[in-house]
Amino acid sequence: MDKHLQIATQNLLNPAELDEAVLSKVINSMMGHDIDYADVYLQSTRHESWVLEDRLVKEGQYNIEQGVGVRAVSGEKTGFAYSDEIILPALTSAADAARAIARHGQTGKVRSWDKRSVPALYTEQDPLSVLSADDKIKLLRTLDEEARKLDPAVKQVIASMAGVHEIILIAANDGTFTADVRPLVRMNVSVIVERNGRREQGSAGGGGRLTYNYFLEEERALGYAREAVRQALVNLDAKDAPAGTMPVVLGPGWPGVLLHEAVGHGLEADFNRKGSSVFSGRVGQQVASKHCTVIDDGSIAARRGSLSVDDEGTPTQQNVLIENGILKNYMQDKLNARLMNLPITGNGRRESYAHMPMPRMTNTYLANGKYDPQEIIKSVDKGLYAVNFGGGQVDITSGKFVFSASEAYMIEKGKITYPVKGATLIGNGPESMNLVSMVGNDMSLDTGVGVCGKEGQSVPVGVGQPTLLVDRLTVGGTSA
Amino acid sequence: MSQVIKQSPNAENRLLNTEELKNTVESVLAEAKAKGATHAEAGLSIETGLSVTVRMGEVETVEHNRDRSFGLTVYFGQRKGSASTTDFSKQAVLDTVQAACDIARYTEEDKYAGLADIDRLATSYPDLELSHPWELSTDAAIDIARQCEDAALSVDKRINNSEGGYLTTGTDYRIYANSHGFMGDYFSTRHSTGCTVIASQGERMERDYWYSISRCPDQLEAPEQIGKKAAKRVLQRLGATQIKTQRVPVVFQAEVARGLLGHFVRAVNGGAQYRHASFLLDKLGEKVFPERIRIDERPHIKRAIGSAPFDNEGVANSEHDLVTDGILESYVLDSYAARRLGRETTGNAGGVHNLFISHDDKSLDELLKEMGTGILLTEVMGQGVNIVTGDYSRGGTGFWVENGEIQYPVEEFTLASNLADMYKNLVLVGNDVDTRSSLCTGSWLINEMMIAGS
Repeated sequence: MDKHLQIATQNLLNPAELDEAVLSKVINSMMGHDIDYADVYLQSTRHESWVLEDRLVKEGQYNIEQGVGVRAVSGEKTGFAYSDEIILPALTSAADAARAIARHGQTGKVRSWDKRSVPALYTEQDPLSVLSADDKIKLLRTLDEEARKLDPAVKQVIASMAGVHEIILIAANDGTFTADVRPLVRMNVSVIVERNGRREQGSAGGGGRLTYNYFLEEERALGYAREAVRQALVNLDAKDAPAGTMPVVLGPGWPGVLLHEAVGHGLEADFNRKGSSVFSGRVGQQVASKHCTVIDDGSIAARRGSLSVDDEGTPTQQNVLIENGILKNYMQDKLNARLMNLPITGNGRRESYAHMPMPRMTNTYLANGKYDPQEIIKSVDKGLYAVNFGGGQVDITSGKFVFSASEAYMIEKGKITYPVKGATLIGNGPESMNLVSMVGNDMSLDTGVGVCGKEGQSVPVGVGQPTLLVDRLTVGGTSA
Repeated sequence: MSQVIKQSPNAENRLLNTEELKNTVESVLAEAKAKGATHAEAGLSIETGLSVTVRMGEVETVEHNRDRSFGLTVYFGQRKGSASTTDFSKQAVLDTVQAACDIARYTEEDKYAGLADIDRLATSYPDLELSHPWELSTDAAIDIARQCEDAALSVDKRINNSEGGYLTTGTDYRIYANSHGFMGDYFSTRHSTGCTVIASQGERMERDYWYSISRCPDQLEAPEQIGKKAAKRVLQRLGATQIKTQRVPVVFQAEVARGLLGHFVRAVNGGAQYRHASFLLDKLGEKVFPERIRIDERPHIKRAIGSAPFDNEGVANSEHDLVTDGILESYVLDSYAARRLGRETTGNAGGVHNLFISHDDKSLDELLKEMGTGILLTEVMGQGVNIVTGDYSRGGTGFWVENGEIQYPVEEFTLASNLADMYKNLVLVGNDVDTRSSLCTGSWLINEMMIAGS
């Protein structure tokens, strides 16, 4: 048996005295001639976090969450119910509630289980247990000391580490019978600096589908502390940001949040099936400049946004969304792929058993172009160079998107001159993407800190891009 | 069409054995003590509900929710550990106690850690009439969601698509208890219905929404009214243009003014104060708003969305001013932050409950008249709010106003300033108070902001 299935069976099925035959029976009970699809999603999650503040590790949290979500789909209708008890009566009553969306009940049949083994993109090792509690606390203290020793302006350091170990099992009438064991770790350092009565903050972090050992390698954790302090100190010297429309150079890595907002959400299949996205019905059309090739790839080893299989049991893959500016593909889950008669793409994700799956991004990035990053900066007479961002937001219907810079500089006559305060940038997805005129050769993915929210559901994601130039974006500073 | 389910989730919730749950919580506190904890506190919540969405007249989703959570914090002297679980089985609960105790072995002494002081705990608390379960069948819920959407779709043929109408209804049961002997529990309900629709003009699409929320089903706005408001809002957005970069006054419509009140709460929150992470640091006793402004908390309004009989630490909460005559009179504190700052808790563990800002006797239209030329802001986008510095820069959508009259819709602009200045430059607050959340405010007229556009 597949190693993941073995772990899931031990942890999710055996304690509840459930087995394949019972799951098959529950799914059968939902199938009728009006039901196109039914699935059961079992999940168990262990989560811990440790927080240092005021030089003390004074908070620790441990959470156990488990449950089962049951879904029945009929045409465009979805019936959904869940329970935080993994026991047969709860499963049966959730199944009854879910199937109530279809008028007629007939006994259907589950296709024979397809238990193909999917190569794992990450370790099944429990990420929480690789370090002792003492070592975790020691690590956080080291970060505090590192940050404080870098500059006397550092007045407050908050360092945190969190780890999740998740086991899921998905069974569906289409024969899906798949398990996944998912680690996820994250560290974060934020600092407050004070100088001459002015206060600023900086924060940095990283992680992925790894164990805590990742933070000890290559001084990564210390690197977060150094980066947080560096950012905060830059901001102490920042002048007011400009207001108006100007060329904007975006740095590599996390600024890829531009793509996530400007095109990513608009290419999720549900919005396109419903015709509510600015990208609806535009496959084959030019929706970005020819320099833009945008990829969503859930199959990159150990990345925060990666999944061996998505939450519907579909193996993830590399999906080219936009190729040389031409729209190629939407991101699909099973429901939307079936209704749109398009292939599934491994983008069906859910926050937990208590949430319904929908098409979501995984790791979304812009492919490398040909320019040297310095050449791109040199080409700008007067503009903004933004290298770090908070988050962003998009209205997928009108295409308007914003993202907020947390570290930015003025470019004057091809040179980076002085830092400016954070400002929100606003644009229209397809228009702004058509204004991408230079793409660098320094593509990098972010350090592993992204959380994407959609319809109240949060999932971890990755973003990335090389340095790029957008000829015109509106910069929301205060200086005329 | 769906079948009527035999028992509504709300009815199920009333069948909860609250005595048994309270006994469980008590036994957990005892177990923590037996394991050597000096003190312990525990919270339990059970939420059940139904939510349905209807899109273009067809049922899209029917969702039955049942969420449980049990959380425990233990104190070994001044060391603290927390754990939670959704599994209420005896073994899982015992494991949770053990996990919290294990963590407290490793966390460090924090002299401010601990339960709320015993003399601040609520000894009795009022019935705030927060629980009004809705015996609603799935079919009836679907009907209401559908009426909402229908009403919007039938207003104008330019409204040709929809993200759907919805109805959600839910009951929440909460217990909080601690080893000082406090044990409080209450039921509350929350019902909401609304819709989001899309209108097209040429190649361009816009969307907008409206919703109603209440503790009592009979206080919800009629679905037809909700649909019509959503329709009016989306139609008004069609044909939006960009505006030039300039400095102008801005009226924040009540729904977005709520955000400005929220930023104030974050800045005067105890955590932001002791971390030095606030643009209103150490401003107690200083003028932060114009003299006319009063901001007060009224946690015990019957049936209000933001009401709670006691705070998340069991502390008695009561009406009090945060701002009087423009002067900051109180921070927003729980026991921990209060001890850190050498102050008393304000009964705000878990947040504020029904915060009101005083308003002028003027409608939104009168605010626009007062403004003359500027922007009526109806939506903000993005996270460009820095509580440490007060720097504010967000995307906006709204209307261009001249001579106090709306001229045309505007979009794709940013508006920027510093929150400290925006509070000081608050000219008027409208009487169009939006009470759909715990932060209650009318529209705000702010005398100048930097707008960046085309």
